[in-house]
Amino acid sequence: MVVTSKIMVDHLSVNYRDVQALRNINLTVRPGKVVGVFGPNGAGKSTLVKAMLGLMPVVTGRVTYGDDILAHQLDRVAYVPQRSQIDWTFPATVWDVVMMGRVKQTGWFKRFSAPSHQIVQDSLERVGMADFCDRPIGALSGGQQQRVFLARALAQQAEIFCFDEPFVGVDQKTETVIFSIFRELAAAGKIVLVINHDLGESITNFDQLILLNKELIAAGPRDWVLTRDHMTRAYGGHVGFFGHVA
Amino acid sequence: MSLDLALNLAVLDWFFEPLQFAFMQRSLAVAIMVGVICSVVGSYLMVQRLALLGDAISHSVLPGLAIAFLLGVNIFIGAFIAGVISTVIIGWIHTRSPIKEDAAMGIVFSAFFALGITLITTIQRDNKIDLNHFLFGNILGVTGGDVRDTAIIAGLVLLAVAVLYKELLFYSFDPLGAQASGLPTGLLNAGLMVLIALTVVASMKVVGVILVLSLLIAPGATAYLLVPRLHQVMLLGAAIGVFSSVSGMYLSYYVNLPSGPAIVMVVSTLFALAFLLSPRHGVLVGPGRARPWRQLQRLLRPGL
Repeated sequence: MVVTSKIMVDHLSVNYRDVQALRNINLTVRPGKVVGVFGPNGAGKSTLVKAMLGLMPVVTGRVTYGDDILAHQLDRVAYVPQRSQIDWTFPATVWDVVMMGRVKQTGWFKRFSAPSHQIVQDSLERVGMADFCDRPIGALSGGQQQRVFLARALAQQAEIFCFDEPFVGVDQKTETVIFSIFRELAAAGKIVLVINHDLGESITNFDQLILLNKELIAAGPRDWVLTRDHMTRAYGGHVGFFGHVA
Repeated sequence: MSLDLALNLAVLDWFFEPLQFAFMQRSLAVAIMVGVICSVVGSYLMVQRLALLGDAISHSVLPGLAIAFLLGVNIFIGAFIAGVISTVIIGWIHTRSPIKEDAAMGIVFSAFFALGITLITTIQRDNKIDLNHFLFGNILGVTGGDVRDTAIIAGLVLLAVAVLYKELLFYSFDPLGAQASGLPTGLLNAGLMVLIALTVVASMKVVGVILVLSLLIAPGATAYLLVPRLHQVMLLGAAIGVFSSVSGMYLSYYVNLPSGPAIVMVVSTLFALAFLLSPRHGVLVGPGRARPWRQLQRLLRPGL
């Protein structure tokens, strides 16, 4: 059992059109921790995760998980895009969306199995959305939509969970539910990688931080990353944030 | 004979009279099949906001059709190839230059359309083909071979959608999430383009390349206002597509209207009804929209 597999990012550079979006990133993401990816707008946070998963072309570098390229093992990955990237008027119910988490595992030309139905039901219950399974997704609040996406990720039964800005526009209850599930996933030895930009109180929920601004500023335990020097280099000048500045 | 029975017989007579003609049987068969596949495939176009792509592909089939005719090949095959080539060029321009996708579509489809019209106009001087039949359809002129070809295309399209339904649902809802879960989204997209091109080619005879967009988008859009899930949109859309095609044909038969436009007018009317009266989204009766309507009623009848 390869519970101790980690993601290694090795000399990763990414261009977006003609602009360099990420420059020579080296870092390691270990399982069992809730890892936050932080940085100012345009720092390349989403780009980093997409490039790690092979969702966009990289200029140089490689990203491995265990012994192989991460992009070749996407069936071990659950990725939740930003809520704003999704057309929520799409004709689908909550159940349909969470069931999408079982598509790859089910395989071509096959129907969803009874265990898959059970997994989807369990995932919905875990995020507190089981009562909404027949609801069209357009009739949900932002927080409920995000919990549906979290349930879809859970239904994928992945080893690596990546979330892009899961806390934008969600209510307090949803934030609590999401963080407690991140905690459970980490405790179960999963890799949990969360893009965030809110430097408020919630930052204390992350064990480790990756601080980014086109290049890697710092990566490691939260208190080690949150120094005034690092924050100035990432955000430049004035930034107020919750936490201790060493 | 009672009046009731006489009326019933008259209705039946009205319904069955056109069916005694072989050309009407063939036209109706093709119209029904096209009504189904246009609605099913068009549902994907609608949810992916690619309605303009349906228009682009349908206009782009013309040059392929003309070239196939010149070479003596099945014109369905030529049209299909031209439709696919146009989507490839659109994608190429859009990914390799700063030109946006909608601009690329506008450029490519008008270029293909112009080339097609030029070719067909040149050919039709010496041959027995009519540009208008391709532009506006010529459903009364369908041959037994057309019925067979349409049946083959409809079978292929419906089989593909049934078999790939869960993958296409995931891809069309959340392409990035689908790609990140390991699905080959490039292939799925290409497959979808092929389905659209096949559907457009099969629809040429019924409504022509200019009006096919209506049969692709309007049935699914009408159903979308009435039911909440994609497969329901497709099924109800197919029923709406079939009803529109068949009633358009009857209108065409009895009132002597051109059949393509008659079909399109029926489906557009159905959309307008759903837009105004859908219980879920209707402008006049939908939830949340009821209040302005009631206020208007109150204004008109202050006693209420």
